[in-house]
Amino acid sequence: MEEVRLMKGNEALAHAAVRYGADGYFGYPITPQSEVLEELEQLRPWETTGMVVLQAESELAAINMVYAGAACGKVVFTSSSSPGISLMQEGISYIAASEVPALIVNVMRGGPGLGTIHPSQADYFQAVKGGGHGDYHLIVLAPSSVQEMCDFVWLGWDLAFKYRTGAMLLADGLVGQMMEKVVLPEPRQRRTEEQVRQQCPWAINGRKGMRPRNVITSLELVDEIMEQNNLRFQRTYREIEKNEVRYEAINTEGCDYLFVAFGSMARICQKVMEVAAEEGIKIGLLRPITLWPFPSKQIKEAAAGVKGIMVVELSAGQMVEDVRLAVECRVDVKHYGRLGGIVPTPEEVLDELKKQFAIGK
Amino acid sequence: MDIQDIIKPENQVYKKPSLLNDVHMHYCPGCSHGVVHKLIAEVIEEMGAAEIAIGIAPVGCAVFAYNYIDVDWIEAPHGRAPALATATKRLQPDKLVFTYQGDGDMAAIGTAESLHAANRGENIAMIFINNAIYGMTGGQMAPTTLLGMKTSTTPYGRRADLNGYPLAISGLMAQLDGTCYVTRQSVETPAAVRKAKAAIRKAFENSMQGKGTSVVEIVSTCNSGWKMSPADANKWMQENMFKKYPIGDLKNE
Amino acid sequence: MKEEIVIAGFGGQGVLSMGKILAYSGLMEDKEVTWMPSYGPEQRGGTANVTVILSDNRISSPVLNTYDTAVVLNQQSLDKFASKVKPGGVLIYDNYGIHTPPTRTDIEIYKIEAMEATFELKNAKAFNMIVLGALLKVKPIVSVESVLKALKKTLPERHHHLIPMNEEALRVGMSLIGK
Repeated sequence: MEEVRLMKGNEALAHAAVRYGADGYFGYPITPQSEVLEELEQLRPWETTGMVVLQAESELAAINMVYAGAACGKVVFTSSSSPGISLMQEGISYIAASEVPALIVNVMRGGPGLGTIHPSQADYFQAVKGGGHGDYHLIVLAPSSVQEMCDFVWLGWDLAFKYRTGAMLLADGLVGQMMEKVVLPEPRQRRTEEQVRQQCPWAINGRKGMRPRNVITSLELVDEIMEQNNLRFQRTYREIEKNEVRYEAINTEGCDYLFVAFGSMARICQKVMEVAAEEGIKIGLLRPITLWPFPSKQIKEAAAGVKGIMVVELSAGQMVEDVRLAVECRVDVKHYGRLGGIVPTPEEVLDELKKQFAIGK
Repeated sequence: MDIQDIIKPENQVYKKPSLLNDVHMHYCPGCSHGVVHKLIAEVIEEMGAAEIAIGIAPVGCAVFAYNYIDVDWIEAPHGRAPALATATKRLQPDKLVFTYQGDGDMAAIGTAESLHAANRGENIAMIFINNAIYGMTGGQMAPTTLLGMKTSTTPYGRRADLNGYPLAISGLMAQLDGTCYVTRQSVETPAAVRKAKAAIRKAFENSMQGKGTSVVEIVSTCNSGWKMSPADANKWMQENMFKKYPIGDLKNE
Repeated sequence: MKEEIVIAGFGGQGVLSMGKILAYSGLMEDKEVTWMPSYGPEQRGGTANVTVILSDNRISSPVLNTYDTAVVLNQQSLDKFASKVKPGGVLIYDNYGIHTPPTRTDIEIYKIEAMEATFELKNAKAFNMIVLGALLKVKPIVSVESVLKALKKTLPERHHHLIPMNEEALRVGMSLIGK
């Protein structure tokens, strides 16, 4: 049954996973996302749905458990925060290369290094440009509310299984730690082994009926075959780019200035828009929901006729590069970001917009 | 008498296990891997477990184990086989799940995963080939390389002050509450091969009975890496390796 | 309606849980709510604060710089948040340990003796509910019934016998206003 609850983003994520019919979670505690594992341990889904929950010895072990689970055709995921996600990059590259469907959650904190435990969006490059070695992409979803923390778990797995690829939910400490109203979806049954065999004929689940064996590997020493493998990955990525771009446009029609922001910063930009409207400044917001594939075409369209674009992100300027590419330098693209775990207030962002575009001078 | 008469079933005294694929192995002549592969294939066949067996292959010489034994396999990142086996077994408790790992995989890069999987008592079998050298990458020092032993990264012999001591990881595993069976075997004589096969069978049966983690260390040769003939390598192993890595059960509960 | 509130004090004073009860009460009235804490080690013994927003419409930023109402429970928080109340807004502070009271004249200021009241009730744990009672007297953003409903929903069954005590604390808090 659907249920309305007040929850932290991290908690909603755990509930959404159990309700999706997840088979397994493997993770290692790190602030600000430890509530995911804590909530799952509270829920004890192994007693109800049979879902496996395991605190691994490290992020390395956790991502490799996810790799194996995905190779078994199971619905599995892990969650971590920036330093832990860095440790997982090798495994994520293997997941991409082996074409298995897995969900990885990054509740970003400020870096580099051990950094801070407070919100950041500075893992944008890592998430959308690769992160691990080799030519690959993850589908990257950026939730900006607790409801989306819940919904994108479902969407992430749907897309991961549709394309046999990794999907990343790229949140930040703010979305993970805040509480909001959330409508939890009606629970679904976990798939039976028969269903897995039908839907994922490639899965590792033993040679029942002495079917030909399945092997999941990322190794191929014949370069010509490895190139063909890579070309196949790229064809999948082109399909995803064609079909799966998602975004939200708010007041973009006839606006003078355009914000491009994702996740928690998109929420703050909306407040800026409310305050600015009272002052007669018309600002629109284009919020990429998929950071990869990136809504380049939609940004270019929304940018037509605006006086300027400001990309607001909790980084020194990462997504701004993709926005500049999207508008092909036809529009003045500015950037504003705070670093190291500092979240700007709406007033601060509005002042910066006025300053950078010399509004009211 | 032509070949067809010789291979009549009634004349057959030995055959390749049906689960050992009819492909060329990339292992060097004299290598222990081929023998251990055959034993694993035989044991799975004899247990009637071909439909439920899942192997986790390592990085190292045995990376292509999945080409040789005809069951489902996942090829793991270096050192992570026990983590993969953990998830595979927990998500599919009715399957026979085993890792096949070398000394680098088990006792260097993957030490944490090996010890923690064993300490959790995962119902898996870990087959551990200890030949005291990195064969695949061209003969570098392994965590189990003996003191004084020459490798391409200890060209003057392993020194404790420079390179630390050889790590007898099975001894550590035997002390963990999660392991039920830890044994050290070898495959250089027919008698040793028979014992090794019995050990692998016991490990596999333990995992299906939910008794915890079983570790079968096979003290092995790498005649290419050691730069010896296969026969000399066997002798050298008996005279040197068995001192540091004595054959026999370390734990059997 | 839309109400943007900050609650700030020492870790351990029940700042975060008071915010949570308020947010949950909003949920009981079908409002949109956000609850955004300061998180991390500063919660343990240092200062803690939480922003709670209740609204009939979709809520934009969970992070704010100015507030309709500030509820402040120690001097450090008073120093930090008194200036961040919007002109015409409300500042409620507990007087215990305050050496430099607020001086603004463009906002409504309520000094309460909530800590004193816990001594009379002989129940230190009732502190945050007393403060919540005071807040709801000044700003009836949610009804007492909704608060009790929220408590019933969030407290585990074995703690339901504490609800009457919480209700009393709310009433005590309400009575502190205008004293």
